[in-house]
Formats: sequence, C-alpha cells, structure tokens
Amino acid sequence: MSRFFGKTGRSLVGALVLGAAAFLNAAPARAAGEAIVLPETRFSFEGLFGTYDRGSLQRGFQVYKEVCAACHAMRQLSYRNLLEIGLSEEQVRNIAAQFQVVDGPNDVGEMFERPARLSDRFRRPFPNENAARAANNGAYPPDLSVMTKARANGADYVHALLTGYSDPPEGFTLMEGMNYNRYFPGNQIAMPNVLNPDQVEYADGTAATVEQMARDVTTFLAWAAEPEAEQRRRMGVRIILFLIVLGGLTYAVKRKVWADVKGH
Amino acid sequence: MAIGLHQSDFKNPVVRWIDSRLPVFTMLQKEYGTFPTPRNFNYFWNFGALAMISLLIMIATGIFLSMHYTAHTSYAFDSVERIMRDVNYGWLLRYVHMNGASMFFIVVYIHIWRGLWYGSYKAPREILWILGVVIFLLMMATAFMGYVLPWGQMSFWGATVITNLFSAIPLVGEDIVVWLWGGFSVDNPTLNRFFSLHYLLPFVTVGVVFLHVAALHITGSNNPLGIDPKGPQDTLPFHPYYTVKDSVGLMAYFVVFAFLVFFTPNYLGHPDNYIPANPLVTPAHIVPEWYFLPFYAILRAVPDKLGGVVLMFGSIAILFILPWLDTSPVRSMRFRPIAKWFLLIWGINFAILTWVGGKPAEGIYVTIARFATAYYFAYFLVVLPLLGRLERPLALPESIAKPVLRGGGPVLAGAAAKPMEKA
Repeated sequence: MSRFFGKTGRSLVGALVLGAAAFLNAAPARAAGEAIVLPETRFSFEGLFGTYDRGSLQRGFQVYKEVCAACHAMRQLSYRNLLEIGLSEEQVRNIAAQFQVVDGPNDVGEMFERPARLSDRFRRPFPNENAARAANNGAYPPDLSVMTKARANGADYVHALLTGYSDPPEGFTLMEGMNYNRYFPGNQIAMPNVLNPDQVEYADGTAATVEQMARDVTTFLAWAAEPEAEQRRRMGVRIILFLIVLGGLTYAVKRKVWADVKGH
Repeated sequence: MAIGLHQSDFKNPVVRWIDSRLPVFTMLQKEYGTFPTPRNFNYFWNFGALAMISLLIMIATGIFLSMHYTAHTSYAFDSVERIMRDVNYGWLLRYVHMNGASMFFIVVYIHIWRGLWYGSYKAPREILWILGVVIFLLMMATAFMGYVLPWGQMSFWGATVITNLFSAIPLVGEDIVVWLWGGFSVDNPTLNRFFSLHYLLPFVTVGVVFLHVAALHITGSNNPLGIDPKGPQDTLPFHPYYTVKDSVGLMAYFVVFAFLVFFTPNYLGHPDNYIPANPLVTPAHIVPEWYFLPFYAILRAVPDKLGGVVLMFGSIAILFILPWLDTSPVRSMRFRPIAKWFLLIWGINFAILTWVGGKPAEGIYVTIARFATAYYFAYFLVVLPLLGRLERPLALPESIAKPVLRGGGPVLAGAAAKPMEKA
C-alpha cells in the first residue's frame, strides 16, 4: 500500500480532486435558487439506519385521508400498501370500503361504482387535471406519491411548507387567491393553510398540534415515496459488512500471491 | 496455418476435445492466464477491469428493467414507479442501474486519467486509445438516452436541450432536429427511439470493448514507468497476480457502489426527475447528470450557439488526435517534470468545469467557465505540442525489474535523457 500512496501520490490526488468535485457538485446543482434555511426536524427515518415510526405513519395517513386527499391524489399507492404501515388487514379493508371507485364495464357494458378493495389504487379526488384546476382556482394540486423525492431536501421541505404559513410581511403584495408561505419559492402559493390546531382527532390520543400533524403527514409521505427504505438500509448494512470481510480476505490472498514477487 | 485440429495442451478429455476443435480454452489461457503483464502496475490499473464489470452490471440490470418498463409518454413514469414498488426487488434493480451509470463514469474518468498520466495513448497504443474514446462516446450517448426513459421533468427538458443543439448546424440543423425527434417536439416517437437505441448501444459498446481489449493484447499494457518490458523478469502472468489484484479493487468498488445504492440512492440524481414530464412547465435550472457537467460548462462558456456546440464536441474529438498532439516520446509523467504539473492543473481544471457546469450560466460562473475551457484546450493544443520539444525529461530506468526492487529507482537523475526506446 505504501507504494500506492508514495509513487502514484500525485496522480492519485488528481483523480480524487475530480471525484470530490463531482460529488460535492451534486448538492448545489440541485439546490440552485434556494437560499432559505429549512427548520431542523430530526425525523425517525433520517440517517443511515432510520426507520419509519409506525404510530406517526398511521397518524400521517389519517391527516392525508382527512385533509390532503380533498385535493391531492396519490396515484402510485394502493390500499393494500397500508398493510405496511402497521394496520391490520381488516382495518385496511374497512378503510378501502369507505371509498367508491368506478369499475366496469359490466355484463351490459356499463360502468358502475363499488366500494374499493385492497387491490385498488387510492381514489383520486378529481377525475383529471382540468377538473382539479377548475376546483382550485386554476392551480393543480400535484400528486403526492413521490413528493419527498421530487423536492430538494424533500421531507424537510414538505414539513417546512406545511408550517410556513403566515401573514405576508409589510409591503408584500399577494396576488388574488394566493397565500403567503415562508418556504415556498417566490412565497406565493395557491394552496391555503390547511393545518389548524385539532384539524384531525387522532385515534391514539396524540395532541393534534400543527407541528405534530405536519410531522406525521411528512413521515407518511416519505414512506409513500420510499416504501422500500427500511428493507434497503437493512440489506445495505449486511452487504457492506459482508463486502468488508470479503475485501479483507481478498487482500490477504493478494498479499499471499504476491509474497514471492521481489519488490512487493 | 495448416488446416486440421488445434494441438491442445489440456489434459481433461472433454476440454481437450472441444479445445482441439474450437480453441477457446487455449485462447483464454493465453489472454487471461499466462498473458505477460508488467509487474509494476499500481491500483490505477484496476479501472479497466472495473469498467468492464460496470458495463456487464448495466447490461444485466438493464435487461431485467426493460422487462417491466413501458416506453410510452403516458406510462413510462408510472411503469418506473411500478418497478420501484411492485416488482420483486425492482427498487434494487433500478437503483443499481441508476447509480451504476454514475459508477461507470467515475471508473471511466479515472481510467482515462490513468491513460493521460502514464501516457498510455502514445505509440504503439494509438488505436487502443482511439477505441477507448469511441467507447466513451457510446457511453455518453447511452447514458443520455437512458436518463430520458423515466420521463421525468429533467428527462424531457434534458432531451429537449441536447437534441436542440443540432439545430445550430447551418442550413440543415432544423431539419435534423425534426428527424431526431420524429416529430415537432420531444414526444412519444422520441421516447420510443431512445429506448430502442438505449438497448442497442450497450451491445455496440461490448463490440468496441472487445476490440479495445484485442488491441491491448497486441501491444501489451503500459505501466507506471511507461517503458516497455524487456523480458520475462519484467512481467508476471496475468493470473493469478492481476486477477487477485483486480479483485481487491473490485471489493472497494463494490463498497462504494453499495453505499450509493443502499443509503444515498438519489443523491447523484436530480429531484425534478421525480416530477412527471410536463412540456408546459420549464424547470428553473435545466442541468444534465453530473458526469456531463464539464462538457455542459464548455457548451455554455461560448456566447455563440454553434460555437458552443463545436467546442463541446471538440472537447472530446480532440482526444482522438491526442497521440499526435503530445510530441514527447516519454510516456509516464513520472519522468516529465514540467508536463506533470500542467496535467495536474488540467485535472483540477476538469473538476472546476464539473462544478461550474452545475451553476447557473451567469455572472462570475461564465467567466470561470471560459478560463477553464481555454485551459482545457490549451493543454492539448499548446502545452503538449510545445513541451515535447522544450521539456527535458528525467532519465528513464533501464528496465521495469530494476526500479521495482526495493531501494532501487531511477538513477542518474538530472542527466540528459536517453532517447526513448521504441517498441
């Protein structure tokens, strides 16, 4: 190894500089135009070994269902996915059955409505984008399925946005029908403030403060965007540990094989 | 050569039977078993093998992804999400493929850097080097088209920006762009053909890689000293010495790769690509994937569209003639006391281009990009041609075997350079 760092040191430096620049560049390239500092959050799912807090996920789903789902679709999710956030099959069947979905055509060629089943996608609040815009003052409430992956610092951003509503500062002119938000680019957002204290009544008795609801629904959205994250990280720990052991053995074999070569 | 069975040296009767009719075992033994390889490789020589592994990983994961992907503007985004959610280990396949592209470029950039530092492009390896540049171009085309397939915002707008470059061509530019698109904007025909070509080009790459390796096995490998092996004392059989050394590098490669895939799978990507493509909404900053940023910086450094396109393609085309631009007969930068500093600065300059390519094209960033672009070309067009004549290289060692002995090393430092022995 000393040879590696000694004689090729300078060329190695060049390669590292190139690699480092490439990596460091990724973050600012994405965050361009965003100078606002998002509030500290410390979510359960952050970091290399984070997991989703099941209680928070279930409360977050309740917030989505009772508040967000009035306007925002989550078309990538099916009701069966809710089995993963710790709800029982009976609970999920009951949740699904609350929604009427269009099925068909039936034997006489007509579409009909029936209660949703586990296999159905989350029902969308609007049949299409035009209907959504017509009901929302021309604005289109985006699909939330992968929202936390679709914004820089996604979870922190969503949480900040939900808690970032206030009256506009002195001299700030809001356009008709817009709302002031500290964290939205340009500060004018079509979505009104939807989270007020006790907006929902949590089944587990948790106090429904704005902060609590924002955290819970953000946790739910982060899970919805990356439902594989827990399995992925568990697998990653095992694979990297395995690779380090295998790498050590490989290096030992290499030393053994090269032992008879003079100068090495 | 006489017609008849090949004289096989293998003892196993089945192997011998096959080998005497189709001598693949003899060939493998010759090219990867006993193949004489300079004994003084450092770990930079891992990266050719790592590039090969990267290509194979990309093809393997890509074939399985394509079984679940739908190349249609209405379904592409959702089919990718379906892979992420409902296909067994689909998230793993996709994240390996996504980050595999970044790993491939990291490995290839280091591989190219190795070639520049140790003069691997010089005689007699010119064709070997040129084939490498062809592979690099194929990789770039493949990666660009692959990034379009998920049909997110950056897919769509990246495709729009890059295909529009061809409109800079005088007279026929606009027609070429319509022909590339298969219509009057980036749309379903574009997505379809990009998918087709994205599947095709990796196999073309495999073909060129074969030629690249074939050419390598004619000239033999370069080495950190840049001098030719003079006999058996200077070489080792490829197996087991370099199979095991490449395996060590492979483990390190896998650790980095695994960290990206399992812990930061989207770090090198752009969040906008998780927003479905929308021709009516232009993203605030359209940026390509990180590995294209140096060339994107060169493109935007020029105020004139055609000029920018010419320089961007020129920045890669110039690599084709590099073997003739560098007039010094000394290969390794270890023995080029002046050139090595210029190359080191070139490496840092390339990193600066990567950084500035991700910044908005305004203010100080444009100025930096212009200076960096100028140095990028000046190194090839001015520095290397002149230094070959002006620079006085250090004395080359007599053979590979001598300096690799501990305590050895180049002697007579500062003495007049001996003429480089020509192979």
